[in-house]
Amino acid sequence: MALSLSTAAFILERDQSQCIACQVCVRQCANDVHYYDEDDGVVRSNPAACVGCHRCVTLCPTQALVVRTNPLEFRPHANWTAATLQSIYKQAETGGMLLSGMGCDQPHRIYWDHMLLNASQVTNPSIDPLREPMELKTFLGARPDSLAFEADGDGEYDLRTELTPQLELDIPIMFSAMSYGSISYNACRSLARAAKQMGTYYNTGEGGLHPDLYEYGPVTIAQVASGRFGVHLDYLRTAAAIEIKIGQGAKPGIGGHLPGEKVTREVSRTRMIPEGTDALSPAPHHDIYSIEDLRQLIFALKEATHYRKPVSVKVAAVHNIAPIASGIVRAGADIVAIDGLRGGTGAAPTVIRNNVGIPIELALAAVDQRLREEGIRHRASIVAAGSIRNSADVVKAIALGADAVYVATSALVAMGCHLCQRCYTGKCNWGIATQDPYLTKRLNPNIGERRLTNLLRAWSLEIKEMMGGMGINAVESLRGNRDHLRGVGLNQVELDALGIRAAGT
Amino acid sequence: MKRIVIHEEYCIACRLCEVHCLVAHSSSRDIVKAYRHERDTIMSRVVVEESGPLSFAMQCRQCEDPRCLEACPSGAMHRDPRTGAITCDESRCVGCWMCIMVCPAGAVQQSTSGHRIASKCDLCQDADMPACVAHCPNEALTYEEVS
Amino acid sequence: MKITIVGNSAAAVGAIEAIRELDQEATIQVVTAEGPAIYSRPLISHYVGGEIDEGRLAYRPPTFYETHQVETLFDEAVTAIDAQAHTVATAKGRVLDYDKLLLAIGGSPIVPPMAGLDLAGVTTFATWADAAAIDHEIDAGHVSQAVVVGGGMIGIKATDALLKRGVQVTMVELAPRILIRALDELGAEMMTDLFERAGVRVLTENTVAEIIADGERIGGVVLKDGQRLDCDLLVFGIGVRPNVALARDAGVKVDRGVVVDRAMRTSDPDIYAAGDVAEAYDLVVDLNRTVAIWPNAYRQGAIAGAQMVGQPRQDQGGIAMNAIEVAGVPCVAIGEGNAEGDGYTVMTRAQPERHQYRRLVLEGNRLVGVILVGNISRAGIYTGLIRHRVDVSAHRDSLLSDRLSLLSVPEDYRKHVVRGQGIEV
Repeated sequence: MALSLSTAAFILERDQSQCIACQVCVRQCANDVHYYDEDDGVVRSNPAACVGCHRCVTLCPTQALVVRTNPLEFRPHANWTAATLQSIYKQAETGGMLLSGMGCDQPHRIYWDHMLLNASQVTNPSIDPLREPMELKTFLGARPDSLAFEADGDGEYDLRTELTPQLELDIPIMFSAMSYGSISYNACRSLARAAKQMGTYYNTGEGGLHPDLYEYGPVTIAQVASGRFGVHLDYLRTAAAIEIKIGQGAKPGIGGHLPGEKVTREVSRTRMIPEGTDALSPAPHHDIYSIEDLRQLIFALKEATHYRKPVSVKVAAVHNIAPIASGIVRAGADIVAIDGLRGGTGAAPTVIRNNVGIPIELALAAVDQRLREEGIRHRASIVAAGSIRNSADVVKAIALGADAVYVATSALVAMGCHLCQRCYTGKCNWGIATQDPYLTKRLNPNIGERRLTNLLRAWSLEIKEMMGGMGINAVESLRGNRDHLRGVGLNQVELDALGIRAAGT
Repeated sequence: MKRIVIHEEYCIACRLCEVHCLVAHSSSRDIVKAYRHERDTIMSRVVVEESGPLSFAMQCRQCEDPRCLEACPSGAMHRDPRTGAITCDESRCVGCWMCIMVCPAGAVQQSTSGHRIASKCDLCQDADMPACVAHCPNEALTYEEVS
Repeated sequence: MKITIVGNSAAAVGAIEAIRELDQEATIQVVTAEGPAIYSRPLISHYVGGEIDEGRLAYRPPTFYETHQVETLFDEAVTAIDAQAHTVATAKGRVLDYDKLLLAIGGSPIVPPMAGLDLAGVTTFATWADAAAIDHEIDAGHVSQAVVVGGGMIGIKATDALLKRGVQVTMVELAPRILIRALDELGAEMMTDLFERAGVRVLTENTVAEIIADGERIGGVVLKDGQRLDCDLLVFGIGVRPNVALARDAGVKVDRGVVVDRAMRTSDPDIYAAGDVAEAYDLVVDLNRTVAIWPNAYRQGAIAGAQMVGQPRQDQGGIAMNAIEVAGVPCVAIGEGNAEGDGYTVMTRAQPERHQYRRLVLEGNRLVGVILVGNISRAGIYTGLIRHRVDVSAHRDSLLSDRLSLLSVPEDYRKHVVRGQGIEV
């Protein structure tokens, strides 16, 4: 067998003076990195398979382990980096596409980190969120062109205009699409419970809805993706809203991918596909080849659910996102969800994940601007996704024009994900991106729910603080209010694209 | 009285419960010292049972109708008057093994301390909560008021 | 309400503790022919063996009666019961009344009638007094060779204890093998081998026919087959006979023991019996019999106590079982561990040279008996399966494993045990 040129990505350092050979690391590593040497009575590590997930480090009762990136060095080369060389070695050995999990890991500019927020001083006093109510409540859905009222004769006025269905959120943050299959049942359950607890919604992704989760229907957004996995009438009727997935930020232009190892009996039942086969969603919906086709599907879904549920359309952020979004709104979508370049995934070709699409910050600003210019901004809510990492990103996204944001990577991290990017192997040591029964036990939904609600609660508190600091007491006043943002380290083209001024101006 | 409730659906068979039980019953109460110097004579009172992905940590069930107490001829197995927990008074135990013979959960072991005595979970009565419960990373053991 | 308890061993303690858990008002009076010490009979072999000193024979502290508000009369035997009048007469001439009466008077050691029983060095192995006497004799250097009559549980324990004190022992058993009620042939062979390696002479199908005096002391015995053995200590460890005379004379139904129902009630509605004197339900053989073991005595006493104060607690039944250790090797026998023949399925795993033995007996689908030699780890799992009459047909192989665990039993039963008695989750 020919020599492999791949070297270990990580090395393990074990402090033998701390190690008690309890073998917890041996038992817990799904990649069999650690092993017990009977003859010497010690635990050793073979780092070749280590993915850097830190499971062993976290569970070690004496903190005896450290994981480091392999310090193996090539002769320095600004162009031919170690990562580039490793990718070529791997492809020369396998002849296949390189896959990755999670979102783009390349150092493309992160615009969130180049935008700063305002605070009130002197002329517009700030508000103390501990003393005054802060409204984070958000409605997602189409707004009517005008409101008509009718006097009822007692000096009161009744609303005559019929409102289209809305989603009511207690906070402007929802859990984004993560399919059952790409993540475990326990992870789905944690998301559903946390969404219910925090008065928001979670998205099924393209895996359908497990029968045991129907009880969370009222907080579920059911996704209809190109593979139509798990789509049937009960699925649509049980959810609070339906989302047509045209694309996702991690892999614009191609469909979802669930490797056969992760298609267990339960996943196969939920998705309505054969067990053990790869679940490959086609790139387009084969019944959507024009904007008129999309309109037809939107209304088919509305008809099927008696116009009682908002219909969302999710697209990846690409170059002409603005006219695309305009077309979607005119096609009758109540919500437009835009997923940026850095959006996560369970499996995507690495080259597409890293090189296709544009950052959500730019896409969001362009879409909000275009819809306002066309006078149709009110006809749909905008939800921004694609690496919302903290509460500041949330505030900035809303200031740029989003009605709400979707979070997925942050949610998984809250549940224990360490971004080893190996989701597609199904060996997630944290029990999240796996169907292996040994591993799925590791995510206790009680703990998962607790950590997710804690995260959202913490961010809510911070958002209220930031808003209060800006002198705002309702998230509606923040929406699209670009004047609260200033750019740093951005050129004029970027500032114009974002529609914000430079700091100091 | 609070008792340990076992949730087999969350047990990940990491055996950290065994590690911490052992340390809690060592002289040094220090994890590294206990493993280096006392390992041969101390034992965990909780044992993880494992078969494929099914696993759970098993210890004394603190039965309402304790068979060990009725079988113990020395009175070593007794209900602590303050806490209500069933514990083995090791100074009175003679190692007759009647308790091992009657415990339906198989939760009593022959001590490896070198003394011929029975060893079983004592609910870590000196601590806020049993060591196994406190250190289970997945809340597969909880400490609840059950009556 | 006045409750009178005759006896102050395990059954009495079980009754008192059960009563006081439920009722602080009832008057409890203990009347016993023995002294105030509540001691553990099974521990006397550990005392004679030098593993524990006398102080550790206590089963409950001396304050027990006070803390449980029990009136006591010690060194006072009950001589008669007047069931009609609800009174008992004592050896000191007292007449005590009762509303409820518990007979917890145990059994007496079986001693075959022969001359020489009153010589020094001739003893039974039943009480603290017996043990203390043996201990002092050994300390005083009067004992170098002993003969133990009886190869059952009592004889075994006496022999093992004397062995630990460096005494040369010959054990004499009438049946073809020792521990014939508890063990099968192979099990008995292993235990015999352990004794013989430790220097004990084991003689079966034999017994003591005659005692030979050496002055005031025993000098030797003559066996049934004519053999003569020198000895300076003769221990009768044949067995125990329930003390039924008191009940029988009072008109209460007795068989081998005092017959009781599942509430420990005798044929007289206000008279209960518990412990070695009682003939109570055995759930393995599905009939009443006297099984004189500590757990039965305590439990039966507790049930009688609860019933006497109005709690309708029933006895599920006893299981004959015992745990012993010979020359450091433990042995456990539960239920019908030595059964064989039609209707029984026997499964064994044996390594006689290592003194490892596991013998499981099934009747139909359920476990009815177990013998373990060597590895007794978690033996109680078997006891639970026997007690709950669990259908183990699908788990035979895993039950025979040396690594017996709760994963070796049916899932429903496992979940029931893991959940724990009284924990509803």
